[in-house]
Amino acid sequence: MERTYTALAVAGVVLATVLIGGLGLRISRTTSDFYVASRTVKPGLNAAAISGEYLSAASFLGIAGLVLLQGPEMLWYPVGYTAGYLVLLVLVAAPLRRSGAYTLSDFAEARLESAAVRRLASLFVVGIGWLYLLPQLQGAGLTLAILTGAPDWLGSVVVAVVVTGAVAAGGMRSITFVQAFQYGLKLTALLVPALFLATAWAADDAPRARFDAPAVLREHTEVRIDDTVRVDVGAPLTLTATGTVDGEVRRGEPFTLEEGPHRIEAGTVLGLPKGAPVPERAATDADPAGWSQPLAGGREGPQLYATYGLILATFLGTMGLPHVAVRFYTSPHGRAARRTTLVVLGLIGAFYLLPPVYGALGRVYTPELALTGEADAAVLVLPERVIGGAGGELLGALLAAGAFAAFLSTASGLTMSVAGVITQDVLPPRGVRYFRLATVLAMTVPLVLSVVSRDVPVADAVGLAFAVSASSFCPLLVLGIWWRRLTPPGAAAGLVAGGGSALTAVMATRAGLPPQGWPHTLMAWPAVWSVPLGFLTMVGVSLATARHVPAGAGAILARLHLPEDLAARTGHQGPGRTGGPGPGPTGHRGREGAGR
Amino acid sequence: MSGTGAVALAATGGVLLLALGFVLGASAARRGTRRDLDLGTPVERATFHTLHTASLAAPPLRAGLTEDTARKAVRRLRSLLGTEALCLTDRGRVLAWDGPGDDHHREQALARVREVLDSGRGQSAHCRCEEVDCPLRWAVVAPLTGEDGVLGALVAYGSRESAVLARAATEVARWVSVQLELAELDRSRTRLIEAEIRALRAQISPHFIFNSLAAIASFVRTDPERARELLLEFADFTRYSFRRHGEFTHLADELRSIEQYLALAGARFGDRLTVTLQVAPEVLPVALPFLCLQPLVENAVKHGLEDSRERCRVTISAQDAGAEAVVVIEDDGVGMDPAVLRSLLAGERTASSGIGLLNVDDRLRQVYGDAYGLVVETAVGAGMKITVRIPKYRAGVHSSPGPGALA
Repeated sequence: MERTYTALAVAGVVLATVLIGGLGLRISRTTSDFYVASRTVKPGLNAAAISGEYLSAASFLGIAGLVLLQGPEMLWYPVGYTAGYLVLLVLVAAPLRRSGAYTLSDFAEARLESAAVRRLASLFVVGIGWLYLLPQLQGAGLTLAILTGAPDWLGSVVVAVVVTGAVAAGGMRSITFVQAFQYGLKLTALLVPALFLATAWAADDAPRARFDAPAVLREHTEVRIDDTVRVDVGAPLTLTATGTVDGEVRRGEPFTLEEGPHRIEAGTVLGLPKGAPVPERAATDADPAGWSQPLAGGREGPQLYATYGLILATFLGTMGLPHVAVRFYTSPHGRAARRTTLVVLGLIGAFYLLPPVYGALGRVYTPELALTGEADAAVLVLPERVIGGAGGELLGALLAAGAFAAFLSTASGLTMSVAGVITQDVLPPRGVRYFRLATVLAMTVPLVLSVVSRDVPVADAVGLAFAVSASSFCPLLVLGIWWRRLTPPGAAAGLVAGGGSALTAVMATRAGLPPQGWPHTLMAWPAVWSVPLGFLTMVGVSLATARHVPAGAGAILARLHLPEDLAARTGHQGPGRTGGPGPGPTGHRGREGAGR
Repeated sequence: MSGTGAVALAATGGVLLLALGFVLGASAARRGTRRDLDLGTPVERATFHTLHTASLAAPPLRAGLTEDTARKAVRRLRSLLGTEALCLTDRGRVLAWDGPGDDHHREQALARVREVLDSGRGQSAHCRCEEVDCPLRWAVVAPLTGEDGVLGALVAYGSRESAVLARAATEVARWVSVQLELAELDRSRTRLIEAEIRALRAQISPHFIFNSLAAIASFVRTDPERARELLLEFADFTRYSFRRHGEFTHLADELRSIEQYLALAGARFGDRLTVTLQVAPEVLPVALPFLCLQPLVENAVKHGLEDSRERCRVTISAQDAGAEAVVVIEDDGVGMDPAVLRSLLAGERTASSGIGLLNVDDRLRQVYGDAYGLVVETAVGAGMKITVRIPKYRAGVHSSPGPGALA
């Protein structure tokens, strides 16, 4: 593969990010230009920024990879990622903005007037941030390894260094523009190659992707197995191999694999003839491909359970993602926050139409990726495979650029929010120097974990972060906004019971502790039991500690739910204020009315 | 498998962290009520107990003498005195009653209180209660005094005549009086701060209003359209500066007011004043104390054009820095001797231009804590750069936006 284009494209994205972020589209004006102050971030731009930050490696690479592996059941992922914003729009967006909170910890403090709950919430913000950063870094490593043959850890380190440097140097000052640019880049990077690929596919007599039977190779294919795998062969299969298969050393001569399980050692190169079905990777608990297995191919038992787990986690988890919550602060008021969310729904809805296309095309043209466990790379290798030549390389480079935009934008957003929380609630308050230290800390932990821990499909790894978020912050936000009788002890207990249990389950799963079968399913998709647990604990303990309802709960709820201008007026006329009637509600309108 | 091991380690670490945080939080919550293990002699213990009860009763009273605060304090005060019943009144009615006898002693108590209010001296007397099993036999009435004379009274009931009770009740009443005086002190301090803000508003007005109107007047014939615009700026500016409600505002509103100020100053100084504004739109919704940037800009303009210097450039930037917004106001004017500035900010000397700085510094520190005071970089002849850091969120800081704010 021609690496120059790719390297150039990736370098270009990194450079553009740093330039726009650091030097930026500064709004620099002299006084002849009035009303800079009224130029708050418009909902459209803010929505593009939120989408840019939100569409991570899981969306850009992961969904296509999962569709390739498991078929259309995996479409629950994009549906869930999008529908999360619907829940956010209806229940949380405007009140969260009106609370004046910047981070989720701020919200906990504002609503419950308790420093202890704030600290607890901060722990979860950091935990969720790290869980979410981990797959971003691993995805970057995978991408760079596939595209340029660099070692696995290099991509992670590149992203980590760029993001840490940019954030620590204060280079993300015009972060709204950077993220909006990244959204545009990601959409373009998926859309343009998709059009070319679709054209090529149509010119190829539009072969159908089959998900109900093993994928069939369209031409003779050499597959290099990097990790030892166990495969299930459905029917006798004749192939060549250089390496070790079932303990026997092969040197490129043709032989036949009988029906049943086989073991292929790392480093083996298989030569599969045209028309051969791709052997299916057998699911074992130490095998990353086994992850979403329960989700596919069934509508009962563990499959159904896992689907519901995914739906609950993604629908309810979006609101608790640290980097999503802070972006709402940029909206000038609650109404704008709601409008922003609506536009976000449209933008990411449009984006998510594309990854499944890549997944289906990948099933047709690159089915051997299912065997090597690199299904996440389907998006990246398709142009070269389908179109080839310089055109394919250029499109591949564009996709690589988009993928890196995905890693950079999500990782920088997460790092900023995690570092912000670490500075505020963990380190002593001493300003900028500590923010830099916190940035390094925020990035180092997931970087080390990404290098030492095993790969899990990125979409699944992101799903874990969603599950923890849905079990901890969803109850806190929903009950905090809509239930007057929530108490600090109740909130703390709910966070620990719901979020803590989900976190434990997720950590255990990532460590490979639970045995295969139901225990694994229960632990890998904790949301089904941990979200209700969080809600019930919060409600139960709150009712039991009714004396601790914060004194200002009524006033805060009024502020969360009343539109700002109305709240200002009622507050203005409230008791204890001195002075006569202030300027009428039409105060500033007078100016426009004067014919300006 | 080393990968798995590391993840397992990380998982354990995470769980441990969680547990640690929980324990820390719980112990922090418990710290307030934990008793010391070395209990001391009985006398010491009694002293500690008394002091502790007294300190518990103090916070509600620090908010003044109302029905609500009296209700919260009266139970603690009764356990302090160890009497059958205790009642707190203001000048006209019973605010709170702890213990039995509320039903039939109320009127009688009020009658006694009225006598005490008139004389200003405490008294004690038998209750002459008709009910046989009523434990209230003897009453001590002690006046509660504030700065403006007697505010109310404390009535303690005992089951028998006791000089100790009379003495103790008088002492407790005196202690309560001290708390009430402190409450008045708190209130007057708040009033003082409000007065300072008002003074700040008043301070920007006379000169500025005069100069602005004169500058506008000079345009009326030559450029009526501009004069009209400037008058509208002037109207908006004064409306914002003189608004009476709300201690906090949005950065957007404050910047808008600064722009209006600069437009008016520009009309007066013409080409001599150049202004650059760099504002990151992300920080516009940040809430901050009302009128805490405008005095700094005014200061910069004043410094920049002092000593009849020909030209002055003022740069104002507001940037996003994670959980904070950073506002920098810079001028290239005459600057100031750092030692002079230090003594100005310490309140040791007064100068016309220093009051604004001092006031802003005080208010920022009061709202956000000492870590968020003004940072001023200056030297004689080297201009002045003032940096203000504003946290995006701080409990209790939320603006009540003016009409049309952030439209």
